[in-house]
Amino acid sequence: MEFTCLSRGGFFYFPPCHMLEVCGFRIQFDCPMDFSALPIFSPVPLDFDVISDEELSTHPGNGSFNLENVSEEKIEKPLDVGSLIKAEPWYKIIKNLRLWNLSFTDIVLISSPMGMLGLPFLTRQKGFSAKIYATEATARLGKMMMDDLVAMHMEFKQFYGSEDDATPQWMRQEELELLHHALKEVAFGQDEADLGGWMPMYSAADVKDCMKKVETVRYGEEACYNGALVIKALSCGLEIGACNWTINGPKRDIAYISSSIFSSSNAMNFDYLALQGETIIYSDFSSVESMNDILNDTSGSLTENLMALSRNEETLANLLSDPAESVGESEKLSFICSCAIQSVESGGSVLIPINRLGVTLQLLEQISASLDCSNLKVPIYLISSVAEELLALANVIPEWLCKQRQEKLFSGEPMFAFVDLLKEKKLHAFPAVHSPKLLINWQEPCVVFCPHWSLRLGPVVHLLRRWCGDPSSLLVLEKGLDAELALLPFRPMSMKVLQCAFLSGIKLDKVRPLLKVLQPKVVMLPENLSRLINTNTESCTVFSYSEGETLRVPNLKDSLELEIAPDLAMSFCWRKLQQGNIDIARLKGELSLNCGKFKLFPENAHVATDQRPLIHWGQPDLKKLLNVLSKMGIEGSLQQSDAESSNVGVIRIHDPTEAVIEIQDSRTIISVADKTLCARIFDAVDSILNGV
Amino acid sequence: MTIDCLVLGAGQEVGKSCVVVTINGKRIMFDCGMHMGYLDHRRYPDFSRISASRDYNTVLSCVIITHFHLDHIGALPYFTEVCGYNGPIYMTFPTMALAPLMLEDYRKVMVDRRGEAEQFSNDHIMECMKKVIPVDLKQTIQVDEDLQIRAYYAGHVLGAAMFYAKVGDAAMVYTGDYNMTPDRHLGAAQIDRMQLDLLITESTYATTIRDSKYGREREFLKAVHNCVASGGKVLIPTFALGRAQELCILLDDYWERMNLKIPIYFSAGLTVQANMYYKMLISWTSQKVKETYTTRNAFDFKNVQKFDRSMIDAPGPCVLFATPGMISGGFSLEVFKRWAPSKLNLITLPGYCVAGTIGHKLMSGKPTKIDLDKDTQIDVQCQIHQLAFSPHTDSKGIMDLVKFLSPKHVILVHGEKPKMVTLKERIHSELGIPCHDPANNETVSISSTLSIKAESSSTFIQSCSTPNFKFLKRNLNDKINSKELSSKEGGTSSMFTRRRSNPHVKHLNRNLDEKFDSSLSCGPELEVSDDRVNEGILVMEKGKKTKVVHQDELLLLLGEQEHEVRFANCSPIYFGSLDDTHVMDCISRKSLWLSQLSSKLSSELSDRNVQNFGEYLQVESFTLSICSKESCPYRTTNRIENESAAAFYCCSWLVTDEVLAWQIISILEKHDLSST
Repeated sequence: MEFTCLSRGGFFYFPPCHMLEVCGFRIQFDCPMDFSALPIFSPVPLDFDVISDEELSTHPGNGSFNLENVSEEKIEKPLDVGSLIKAEPWYKIIKNLRLWNLSFTDIVLISSPMGMLGLPFLTRQKGFSAKIYATEATARLGKMMMDDLVAMHMEFKQFYGSEDDATPQWMRQEELELLHHALKEVAFGQDEADLGGWMPMYSAADVKDCMKKVETVRYGEEACYNGALVIKALSCGLEIGACNWTINGPKRDIAYISSSIFSSSNAMNFDYLALQGETIIYSDFSSVESMNDILNDTSGSLTENLMALSRNEETLANLLSDPAESVGESEKLSFICSCAIQSVESGGSVLIPINRLGVTLQLLEQISASLDCSNLKVPIYLISSVAEELLALANVIPEWLCKQRQEKLFSGEPMFAFVDLLKEKKLHAFPAVHSPKLLINWQEPCVVFCPHWSLRLGPVVHLLRRWCGDPSSLLVLEKGLDAELALLPFRPMSMKVLQCAFLSGIKLDKVRPLLKVLQPKVVMLPENLSRLINTNTESCTVFSYSEGETLRVPNLKDSLELEIAPDLAMSFCWRKLQQGNIDIARLKGELSLNCGKFKLFPENAHVATDQRPLIHWGQPDLKKLLNVLSKMGIEGSLQQSDAESSNVGVIRIHDPTEAVIEIQDSRTIISVADKTLCARIFDAVDSILNGV
Repeated sequence: MTIDCLVLGAGQEVGKSCVVVTINGKRIMFDCGMHMGYLDHRRYPDFSRISASRDYNTVLSCVIITHFHLDHIGALPYFTEVCGYNGPIYMTFPTMALAPLMLEDYRKVMVDRRGEAEQFSNDHIMECMKKVIPVDLKQTIQVDEDLQIRAYYAGHVLGAAMFYAKVGDAAMVYTGDYNMTPDRHLGAAQIDRMQLDLLITESTYATTIRDSKYGREREFLKAVHNCVASGGKVLIPTFALGRAQELCILLDDYWERMNLKIPIYFSAGLTVQANMYYKMLISWTSQKVKETYTTRNAFDFKNVQKFDRSMIDAPGPCVLFATPGMISGGFSLEVFKRWAPSKLNLITLPGYCVAGTIGHKLMSGKPTKIDLDKDTQIDVQCQIHQLAFSPHTDSKGIMDLVKFLSPKHVILVHGEKPKMVTLKERIHSELGIPCHDPANNETVSISSTLSIKAESSSTFIQSCSTPNFKFLKRNLNDKINSKELSSKEGGTSSMFTRRRSNPHVKHLNRNLDEKFDSSLSCGPELEVSDDRVNEGILVMEKGKKTKVVHQDELLLLLGEQEHEVRFANCSPIYFGSLDDTHVMDCISRKSLWLSQLSSKLSSELSDRNVQNFGEYLQVESFTLSICSKESCPYRTTNRIENESAAAFYCCSWLVTDEVLAWQIISILEKHDLSST
């Protein structure tokens, strides 16, 4: 088995991407889109004046911005709006993916809607023929997000006019030279060497085409790839439809753990007990990502953790499903709510560009409840090209939701509060900021949920331009985004900004208890993580991996399980060996590999006629052989051997015809002209030897 | 190992479906239904037969409910709350959501309207539902360490599922009720091909074959339209769920198309609430309904309104859906009493009504009077339309499913005895599968699969999966033959037989001579076959796991030395006189003879590869060389007639190629190159 981490990703919107070779198949985990370089582009300008203005705005920007670029040899102007590239943006795929020949990929496993966004880049390439597996919910959500991306990107296309597929102007070397060094660093890495991986946006047709290649599964459904691998998706709790994978092959059982949440308030909970397998690929980087925040108090939690480990398994399970986590999350949400209420009360609006369906749905419920509580009649808008579709979908997928939501279905209530909110006209879903219905309905202050979290695409750009100067308005951002750069086009910002981190994976102190419960033989951990948690005491072998390096994991099983069909087993002719209690039989059948299991079926073609042993061992006893021969009515005599070749015994047969049996140390040669006698002598030799 | 199948209900009848199956020691109850036709103890399955001590929790591993119809779930609250079963109960999401509605509706009819003592209370239903674990389609669920179950789409009603259960190597499927053709709102049943020991299938329409459904739907719409057009009232007695929604989609759509304004009513709040469930569970409906849900949910009926009891005698035409179906009591009976005496009105009845209900009486013959009880008699003047479509599969569908799954045994339940016997015979004679139709409380025992597990070495597996190509040259005469063969191969591979790892023989026919002479296409054709050698040796040592190894590994495993047994022969052979050729030395004469033999053997043994290594010839393990020894130990005849034209050849072979060797020797015996 070979494992290569192509990208460790970063935070929720950029899941990790790996390549795994197992049982002769190549499996890719996730295919996210790398949005990290998107902020170097300017959002769609308001009008053409802005472009011409930009030339004039060479004077230093707003004083609030102080980048330490003094050390630069050439004194560069500070980073400001004008530094951003004004062109149709390109997007990046995982750079390491370019080093692989995609036509050799057999399987792509998609763990979450976010892990799907780069997929059309792959599927539109020539020679791509892998089978893509995703859960049904992930596929539907992922498609909506891709459609939405395409729709939002269309705004750029319309503004700049469609360019042909040639390299855009901004990508030319001389243009890149002029780019602000801070932007260069964001776009091309610290050594500015990372020039590849840029792709023009895919089209709606690409998305449609891509979806045709996706095989959808449900949680717990066994998908059998090529008879050899049984692939199963299991809920991970991160997002509706997001999953972990188990891959069972004839040689190895693998569990792939992506970012998981033990108890989620929307998605079905992390089904960790189903992941008990011998090999675990641990791919939840969230605890590593947020390492800095918790570095100070890890020592405390680890000792506490160690205490817990000494307790029995039941306590372990309790520790994992500890409700403190979800309590912390709901506190975060209530805090956002209270901030939102404050803003609204002071006449400002609230803008929430968060693309997590789970968080959006929860905030929607909590904010509307808080608004009701404070008796505020403030409309909530959900603006996205797929808003209606998204809401319609959320209410028809009970199988993918957590217990509490399912309870609602069983008691006959809508699973989400937005159904009633829509009916009561407290919530409005619109496809775009300029849709006529929105313009009629528009009221301020209001609460708006809209894409895109990068603040470069979609309705958020227009609304941010409108409210950035309003000190009573509130912008809610997710942590992980470079807010400085993201907000650059909207400077000066008087608007309040709240940046918060939502739970997006397994917390550090739960990693060890989890491994303790799962009891794997082999664990692959991200390098940083294995350093953080003390793995020496574990009973399993720990391999740590880092980005771009291939890890070889030796095979554990030396033999494979084989099932023999009962009707075939009946037909064996057993031979008891002279030595010990060993029985052996020659086995002939058709081997089939189905659902990762080898099975031997009887051959239907021809029934084996009398089977004669093909392989012999042991030392023949000449006297015994003569005895056997004479019993069969074959008369012969032992020829006195020559002195030097004493290890060769020769038996001469004279009756019924002449024949010679030459017996050497490791070989017997039968020489007869007559066919039937030949066969009989063979039987005689066979009877005094071991053979099969 | 055996699978024991105890039929507690729906054996040679329809009603109270309940089958208890014991597979390799695990006991599963499939369905827990009640019989609509009885009011005494016969309405429930006789649970005491499962366990005399009535300790159901220890004897049952789980209960599986296929769908929410009362004859499949009606006895469940009684079984859990009164009989005390506490173990896991599995059903699909829609069944779990809709079952309480169904059960509560039934309980109300029983208690409130008939005034019976209740068998279970509303609390019982709620408590019972708490024990249910919802499952999704195709999800593999590990009930305990050994028992695995999986649901497949059955199409009969929303959330109906067939269930697959597996313990060890023994596997079975219980279909519940299913429909093999899609209808207005549901898709057709779908299942994977699996190796099954047992299939328990419903057989409601064991002998009926139905044609297209659309004709009968039109009939229904026409009957309803005619009735309302002439000012009549239409009563559609249905159960709250399933049929009501299907007919409603049909009518709603028709009303829209025909621009009708006549009201369609749903009798109670119940059915309206059910529609809401349908909306949330839309992913369990048919493809068409699913695809359109974002623009318009098919269960948002535009023309449907709530019905009020006071409207029963209101004038003017209308269409009313009333519960329960089969007019077994409740509101539909109340309306029926009022509407039946008018000739203008129409009653539609489902395809199947349980004996003892008014629906059943109306269907059997054309009664003009129906005795409700000894005091009440209803005058029946109205028209009666029997719905000819039903969400059950017909006999063709049953046969198709049995054929598709090809189980080792079939058990028929949920049907009428004489029809089941006919179907049983058909399955036995046409498909060659043993088939049973046990009556209630009978047990059928069948043997189950037990395959042998062995540890196999990787070398063995590799040797099995290594391609073993053989290239055969074929003559023109064989050409037709080979084509026949290839078409046959194609036929079998497209048939759904067990998947095998060995790809079938591939034929590559190449006409090599085509280039040179198109009219004379007698060139050799190349046939490529891939006959993989799947041979190994099974080693069983007491106290150790059985092992499968490759032949080459055996001796290593046993720690023994090989002792090769070969055959050898040295015989004379006659070649043409060498006078006419140049005088040659011994070696070149030998190689000339060898090449002569080589070409001779190649032409005689067209399907073998004859290799000439200069010193010797080799075909498989058979080797041949010209023997120049004075006295070879393997020489059996020393006589040579014409010494100048003859030589000896020495050959040797292994027992594997015994037949081949003797064939070659006989060729060489006949060989006389001097004649050519």
